[in-house]
Amino acid sequence: MRLSTDQLVFWQHGFLQLNGTLVYTWGLMLVLALGAKLVTRRLRPEMAVSRWQGALEIVVLGIRQQIEEAGLRQPEKYLGFIGTLFLFIATANLFTILPGYEPPTGSLSTTAALAICVFVAVPFYGILERGWGGYLRSYIEPTAIMLPFNVMGEFSRTLALAVRLFGNMMSGTMILGILLIVTPFLFPTVMSALGLLTGMVQAYIFSILAVVYIAAATGTQPTDRNPS
Amino acid sequence: MDDMTLIAAASIISAGITMAIGAMGPGLGQGRAVAGALSALAQQPDAASTITRTLFVGLAMIESMAIYCFVISMILIFANPFWNHAIAQAAAK
Repeated sequence: MRLSTDQLVFWQHGFLQLNGTLVYTWGLMLVLALGAKLVTRRLRPEMAVSRWQGALEIVVLGIRQQIEEAGLRQPEKYLGFIGTLFLFIATANLFTILPGYEPPTGSLSTTAALAICVFVAVPFYGILERGWGGYLRSYIEPTAIMLPFNVMGEFSRTLALAVRLFGNMMSGTMILGILLIVTPFLFPTVMSALGLLTGMVQAYIFSILAVVYIAAATGTQPTDRNPS
Repeated sequence: MDDMTLIAAASIISAGITMAIGAMGPGLGQGRAVAGALSALAQQPDAASTITRTLFVGLAMIESMAIYCFVISMILIFANPFWNHAIAQAAAK
């Protein structure tokens, strides 16, 4: 039984290894980029838009509204980063309905990479918004005694982000595998439908947590600094 | 009992205990969270979207505790480092 997509090896030569995570991630990137390119090729401002453009507008406006509601005043500045995170994780989890596909988010390498992106983005946006002094001062609030705890919280919540997404996706695949042994026919279908729901919720959670962390760092939400 | 048996027994038993205790706490926590959210929804149906969003985020955070336990128990069963170490030592002999 495979614990993660990393162990699915397609091709190997010396230490060069082409595993499932790499292949599926690049496939997803191709699908996302080509799809976006095809849809945005003919954008029209009038009322009668094409079906795909309408769908894309709903997605983008939805993400924008969620970012604004979660506490960031100018969602346009963060739309690129947060939207990419959400769309990547959501499509990665949604494509599990295709046979033979394994979600790259079910590998700790992918989720750790995504979490590190958030880890870097939080101080980046914080410094951009408040300057070095303002951002660094947020570590010694409310008192200087809290400094080690704030720094530790920064690392622990990155770890939590990575392990949460990995654990959820891995558990979905794992439970399916175990159920296929126990009750072969009907029940796994129900569980895989539940897995789709979990995947979407986790994509939402991941991006909303990134928004909350960024909002805390940029100071638009001075209270509740560290929900980990 | 030799080392291998000991490691296997300890890993399997502790994986079970990890899952059991690790599911208990988050289960209680999620129950309380949903109960609180439901009574809040009953009192203020207008704020449904905000309450639901906060509830989902909170549930995912509580659930991640159970997920950590699950990951640990999966590692203990399927990718146990101590077991691999013992296998490597036995192979070296």
